Amino acid sequence: MKKYFKSLLLILFAHVCVISVHAQDAAANASTDVMRSNGKIYVVMAVVVTIVTGLFLYVYSIDKKISKLENK
Amino acid sequence: MIRKAWWKWVAFLLLIYTSIYGFIVKVPKLDDRLEHSIRNMFFHVPMWFAMMILLFVSVWYAAKYLRTTSPIDDFSSKAFAATGTLYGFLGLSTGAIWANYQWGSPWSGDPKQNGAAIAMLIYLAYFVLRGSMTDEDKRSRVASVYNIFAFFMLFPTLWILPRLTESLHPGGQGSEGNPGINGKDMDANMRSVFYPAVIGWTLLGVWVSTLKIRYEILKAK
Repeated sequence: MKKYFKSLLLILFAHVCVISVHAQDAAANASTDVMRSNGKIYVVMAVVVTIVTGLFLYVYSIDKKISKLENK
Repeated sequence: MIRKAWWKWVAFLLLIYTSIYGFIVKVPKLDDRLEHSIRNMFFHVPMWFAMMILLFVSVWYAAKYLRTTSPIDDFSSKAFAATGTLYGFLGLSTGAIWANYQWGSPWSGDPKQNGAAIAMLIYLAYFVLRGSMTDEDKRSRVASVYNIFAFFMLFPTLWILPRLTESLHPGGQGSEGNPGINGKDMDANMRSVFYPAVIGWTLLGVWVSTLKIRYEILKAK
């Protein structure tokens, strides 16, 4: 269960990274590029999602470390 | 319960939902200045909601400690107070960023700003008080009593005084709403992001607090 949880989190995180990288080398055709539409607000969204995901990964890793100590 | 994973997942999913849908959802145009910065409602305001909930849990455990004198209750009270205070400072600083663009300066001496700052100073004194005592029983007891005082100081500083004078925040004298938000500013779309955000940030605060409690318990062993 725990391994499953971690890998899912990592996949989500990787997904966010891929979106942001994709935004940088996307074609110049602005009308079909989601990340460049609407005043580039989606770039900010990707940043916020990355921060929230990173924060949760950090808290999760502390949680795991404490659980390990508790089980000793 | 505190080691279960499901509610941590709920916190994660709600906050991811907030930080995605919070940027997409259609917001009403309230005035020419506010524009899209009303989306701060999904990030700045939940800090205060979550802070109030966490500080309430803290005072709950403080009162419980005075009855049980169990060290775990004291750990809980301290951990929730710490997380609540952190949220309060995040609320103050995000508020200052927003105020800079909405009201023209980061700090305008608005009654709500002053009240929140005073409330935070009162909670900082709680940690100073704790740090000043070495005897554990005495520290826990005095801190619990002070915690109850600090919580009840939130009533005048956050909820009563800002209502009595004119304020830049909604809800001052002669304007609609409570001191935090004007309920009429939020349409159904915004509510569908705002409430999940409050729950998500609160659960994250609870998670961090439980980690602190578990750490203190381990340290005490």
